Amino acid sequence: MASIWFWLVAALLTMYVVLDGFDLGAGAIYPFVGKSDGERRAVLKSIGPVWDANEVWLLTAGGSLVLAFPKLYASSFSGFYLPLMAVLWLLILRAVALEFRNHLNDVVWRPFWDVVFWGASLVLTIFLGAALGNVVRGVPLDTNGYFFSPLWTNFTTQGERIGILDWFTVTVGVTSMLALVHHGALWVALKTTGPVNERAKKAAAWTWPFLLAAVALVTVLTFHIQSHVPRRLAAQPLGYVFPLLALGGLAVSLWMRRRGRELYAFLGSVTFLAGMLLSVSFGLYPMVLPATNGAAASLTVSNAMGPEHGMRVAFFWWIPGMVLVTAYTAFIYQNMRGKVDVEGEGY
Amino acid sequence: MDQALFYHRFHFAFTASYHYLFPQLTMGLGLLIVLLQWTGLRTGDARYDRAALFWGRVFGLSFVMGVVTGIPMEFQFGTNWARFSEATGGVIGQTLAMEGVFAFFLESSFLALFLFGRKKLGPKAHFGAAVAVWVGSWISGYFIVATNAFMQHPVGYTMDAQGHMALSSLPALLTNPWLVWQYIHTMSGAVITGSFTVAAVGAYYLLRDDSLGEIDPGSRSDYGRLFLRVGVPVGLIASVIMAFPTGDRQAAHVAEYQPPTFAAMEGLFETGEPAGLVLIGQPDMGRLHLDNPLEVPAALSFLTYHRWSARVQGLTSFPEEDWPDNVPLLYYAYHIMVGLGTIFIAVLALSAFMLWRRRLSRAKPALWLIMLLAPFPFIANTMGWMTAELGRQPWNVWGVLRTAEGTSNTVSAGNALFSLLGFMGMYLVLGILFLFLAQREIAHGPVPDVSHGVGHEEV
Repeated sequence: MASIWFWLVAALLTMYVVLDGFDLGAGAIYPFVGKSDGERRAVLKSIGPVWDANEVWLLTAGGSLVLAFPKLYASSFSGFYLPLMAVLWLLILRAVALEFRNHLNDVVWRPFWDVVFWGASLVLTIFLGAALGNVVRGVPLDTNGYFFSPLWTNFTTQGERIGILDWFTVTVGVTSMLALVHHGALWVALKTTGPVNERAKKAAAWTWPFLLAAVALVTVLTFHIQSHVPRRLAAQPLGYVFPLLALGGLAVSLWMRRRGRELYAFLGSVTFLAGMLLSVSFGLYPMVLPATNGAAASLTVSNAMGPEHGMRVAFFWWIPGMVLVTAYTAFIYQNMRGKVDVEGEGY
Repeated sequence: MDQALFYHRFHFAFTASYHYLFPQLTMGLGLLIVLLQWTGLRTGDARYDRAALFWGRVFGLSFVMGVVTGIPMEFQFGTNWARFSEATGGVIGQTLAMEGVFAFFLESSFLALFLFGRKKLGPKAHFGAAVAVWVGSWISGYFIVATNAFMQHPVGYTMDAQGHMALSSLPALLTNPWLVWQYIHTMSGAVITGSFTVAAVGAYYLLRDDSLGEIDPGSRSDYGRLFLRVGVPVGLIASVIMAFPTGDRQAAHVAEYQPPTFAAMEGLFETGEPAGLVLIGQPDMGRLHLDNPLEVPAALSFLTYHRWSARVQGLTSFPEEDWPDNVPLLYYAYHIMVGLGTIFIAVLALSAFMLWRRRLSRAKPALWLIMLLAPFPFIANTMGWMTAELGRQPWNVWGVLRTAEGTSNTVSAGNALFSLLGFMGMYLVLGILFLFLAQREIAHGPVPDVSHGVGHEEV
């Protein structure tokens, strides 16, 4: 039961990164692909109807984590206190900038919110990656399974007082930024026409080689930092399907972008991100939060899991609930399909 | 109190109180917008439709504020209350995850269609989107109140030797006797906030245009009158439900399940047989009595047990370690809530009578009163939650887990203060922005005009 919930939470987080990832990425390149006010509104309109629903995937992943792994939720949320507070503030600023910007047509108001929206989105793309890097590297867990990480210490990945930011997690953060900028650029290209579309494609083209290099580097580093991952892949070679999926997705995104197939290029990027996250989930399993102070202290699926009965009961409402969610999500994306219409209603 | 405990509590109290200023408005307005649109569809009167669109814009602003201040709530269970989450996650994880799956997705998916999809969808489908957003917000309220009800009166769980709680019955958790009345009470409170806001803006339009004689159809005063016609009766119904049966039933539950809380709330230090109902007075915790009390003899016995001579236990008959730890604040919060609730019923009943006699839109004093009362439902709702949460002390989960045992051990007082100050600063700025933008919407009004100042109307 706990393993099933491990994969369900991993799937929710993957959905979050794939969906909120494109609106974060669009935010990170926003002032560069949209020069005039009309062009910027086109970018905002491409994500306006969905950013909130995209963020709900994160909340639902959080709620499901409480349900299935209360110990992991308690330990990681309190241990990563400072970066989570920063993430909350960035999410607030970003949402407010997006929603309030167009209420006033004013030469001071709009550029101010543009900078806030861009900055918060960009920093979030790095933070999400750094968060993932922390989970991969692990933290020094006490005997109760708790910890508290300072934001940074000496930027090394070992020792008593590891910081949130070290050379490894920063590298993962930069990789994540590149991945989401690429993802967001492909989304903007898919949803827009004219100069915005061209600039977005150019942004994706520029990012792609750097992203490939960063992914290769991060993969090597991960094998080095978290020895559980190569051991797990050696024991279950079937797991290579996930990194291959990621690589395939990245290749498709390049190929389809060059052929001008915007939708398939974006879907290639979706596959790439999903493949990466599933690779990490597979590589860490059954650990959910590795300990840097000896594997025995790690939080695993079995020692962090919640009560069995609750997990079984939750299945009965979770499945029909998520079928409904899939239906609304499909409806919304269907409703906003095609290129954005800058003249019409909204944002 | 331990400093870290103090900051963790203040952190949650501050962010939760601030957050709830917005959901109460959106949940209330959500219902009123649905009523307005439905009336518009039924009668074909375009003014109802336009009024709904106008309130939709205010709703949109308030919704954003609710979303951005709501995400930190979901995080804080883990960041600041880790031991609480570890102990109770096996139970409240159900309601928290259900809120995401059944409510947040519904609201967030249809919000943009509701706010911006009018032209694309047409009136009927747009009405459907409004209903989806409203229902989503009320389902969300249900699951969050269910979570709170578990903390107030835990049911449907078992506990192991390490103090970890596990769900034993989901139906019991979702039909907690505490939950039923608390939910209706909370939703009525939201409807009062929504209706008072609508009525107060209506009163403001009438006063501002000073059109106390003839009113042109379609003018701003005409909308002012329409807002009163909708806000006053809906508000009156909600404020009556607030007192009876929901307030009465909830008080009975507190008396039954949380007797020290009940005594503290009512300012009853000594057991009374019969006990009087305190209207005004200041608790003195040094001498354990009430200064300057104004009492109705035997009324508390009657209201609680429906017998004039019933015995009501006083605070001093319980061990001090089980007393709520801030008795005066709890007492004041409760009395302010009840006092305001009574004033709302009186003012709304009078206004409804004048509305019926077709005198309200010309009665300046009544209009002034309605307009000036607009902030008070927000205060009353906040005081209600303070009563619930201060009354729950000294427990995180009543009778099972003490508040002092629920905090995050690894998060120091200094770190909690850091983020508390951050939230205070950020929420101050957000509040100013919200008031500024809401004021612009209200000043702009529902009447279509040539001004293109308001962004969303740039069609």
